[in-house]
Amino acid sequence: MKIAICVKQVPDSWAEKKMVNGRLDRESVDAVLNDLDEYAIEEALRIVEPLNEGKETPEHTITLISMGPERTTEAIRKGLSMGADGGVLVSDPALAGSDAVATAKVLSKVIQDGGFDLVFCGTESTDARMSVIPAMLAESLGWAQLTFAGSVKVDAGAKSVEIARMTESGVETMSAAFPCVVSVIEKINEPRYPSFKGIMAAKKKPIDTKALADIGVNAGEVGTNGAWSEVLDAQPRPPRDKGVKLEDSGDGGTKLADYLLEKRLV
Amino acid sequence: MANILFLVDHDGSKVAKTPGELATFAKRAGSATGVILANSGAGDALAAQLSGTEIDRLIVVENDEISKHGIAAAVSALAQVVDKEKPEAILVASSARGKEIAGRLALRIAGGVITDAIDFRSDLSTTQSVFGGSFTVNAKVKVGTPVITIRPSSIEAGGASAAPSVEKLQVTIEAKDKTVTISNSQPPVKGGRPDLTEAKIVISGGRGTNGNFAEVEAMADLIGAAVGASRAATDAGWYPHTHQVGQTGKTVSPQLYIACGISGAIQHRAGMQTSKTIVAINKDPEAPIFDLADFGVVGDLFAVLPQAREALKAKRA
Repeated sequence: MKIAICVKQVPDSWAEKKMVNGRLDRESVDAVLNDLDEYAIEEALRIVEPLNEGKETPEHTITLISMGPERTTEAIRKGLSMGADGGVLVSDPALAGSDAVATAKVLSKVIQDGGFDLVFCGTESTDARMSVIPAMLAESLGWAQLTFAGSVKVDAGAKSVEIARMTESGVETMSAAFPCVVSVIEKINEPRYPSFKGIMAAKKKPIDTKALADIGVNAGEVGTNGAWSEVLDAQPRPPRDKGVKLEDSGDGGTKLADYLLEKRLV
Repeated sequence: MANILFLVDHDGSKVAKTPGELATFAKRAGSATGVILANSGAGDALAAQLSGTEIDRLIVVENDEISKHGIAAAVSALAQVVDKEKPEAILVASSARGKEIAGRLALRIAGGVITDAIDFRSDLSTTQSVFGGSFTVNAKVKVGTPVITIRPSSIEAGGASAAPSVEKLQVTIEAKDKTVTISNSQPPVKGGRPDLTEAKIVISGGRGTNGNFAEVEAMADLIGAAVGASRAATDAGWYPHTHQVGQTGKTVSPQLYIACGISGAIQHRAGMQTSKTIVAINKDPEAPIFDLADFGVVGDLFAVLPQAREALKAKRA
């Protein structure tokens, strides 16, 4: 069984983000592996580890796939230190400004060429937060879509997957035969911290960096020029008016109640 | 006149409150045509619930395979409606399902996709609030038919006296869109409190609760608020992660947001800073949450909240 996991390098979700010329300024902030992708990596590891137990060369492998600038290898390396086996990074100046359509196109090309059985993803990236890529991958690959999983059961022998899809609409039990695209929610597990051994091992694991030409995608289909939607303008939110701040000297609660009533907020 | 198509969200028997909102946005650009994807025999009852909205026409697709096979089947049905109607734009309410349908539909009909719009104008351009409300972006689809998801409660739904006309349409779901089988489906468990993203008031607890949400919940119940939590609180296992407000959790924009024992790291602010009025209670006078607060109390939430509750009860009596 070959599992691909789509990962993204994003600005640290604890950091302030800025926009320059209608695009997120990625240079000025620390970049990290998207938090939500760690749940996908953890879940895939929990699936393959028992199956690989005691085997000299692992029969079931996990490959991290990403698209982004050169330094995205740092985020991939983090996933490798958790236990994934290798990575593929599509990096090309022409990709800057790509929209969801282009991202799905590039990722699905790599997935198609890699001969994978399953793709795992987080539900969204913490920067763009569109939450559409897993579904769009299923669409462009023509694979079964099993997304927003709160639990995943993979039957490697029968080549099938069953998940509990958990969304605001409730819980649905759904299943499909390989190949499938699975996205997992935060509730599914507790991602491990990379061990020292894992970090050392990750340094030797392969990351295959490819340009657009290497995967056979035309530069005109991606990036700002190839995007199907465009940002017309972007404005920072005006700062809030300075509010009232008072020290609680025994009547803070009463004053709070007065404020809420006076402003008719409750 | 431009024909704007939108998907009517429902749970099988009851329509959501979003179709009226989507219709009001659609009317800005042209006529509002709603699409109901339903099980056999369920369409008329759903359509009947939409009288009084600004919807001009309703297209009812009854096919049991849609609810049995998930997103791909819904996209297949919707794409067939699009093919017949040739709309100028397609609107879908923002939800996990709505966004997934929009993303796949966009690829299938070769149109650009925009998610989480809070405004939609007659020139088919949109406004989104991004990075937790720190930037406002105007955007437009430039290739193909735009597929746009719109955040619930972005507009007050308008009313109309005439009921929409109802047409039925048959669709065929191809085998490639039936690879997923849904064997069981449970509606969401509704607590006694309002839903976080729809509530008019949200009260959240953070590290300062030390894991005790009793005071936060008691205040929530008194004022009819939804309960949220900071990432610190959900990571510690003090409150379910589904209640997390922030960059990696839910984004809320209520009339009133009360942050209790929350320092206000950007991680949290990103999920609540577009709230209309913000109240903060925190022991640390230097907590960044006070920079956002319209009204801040430097104090212990376990003293301030019960006193405020008693005062509110007394004033109401």
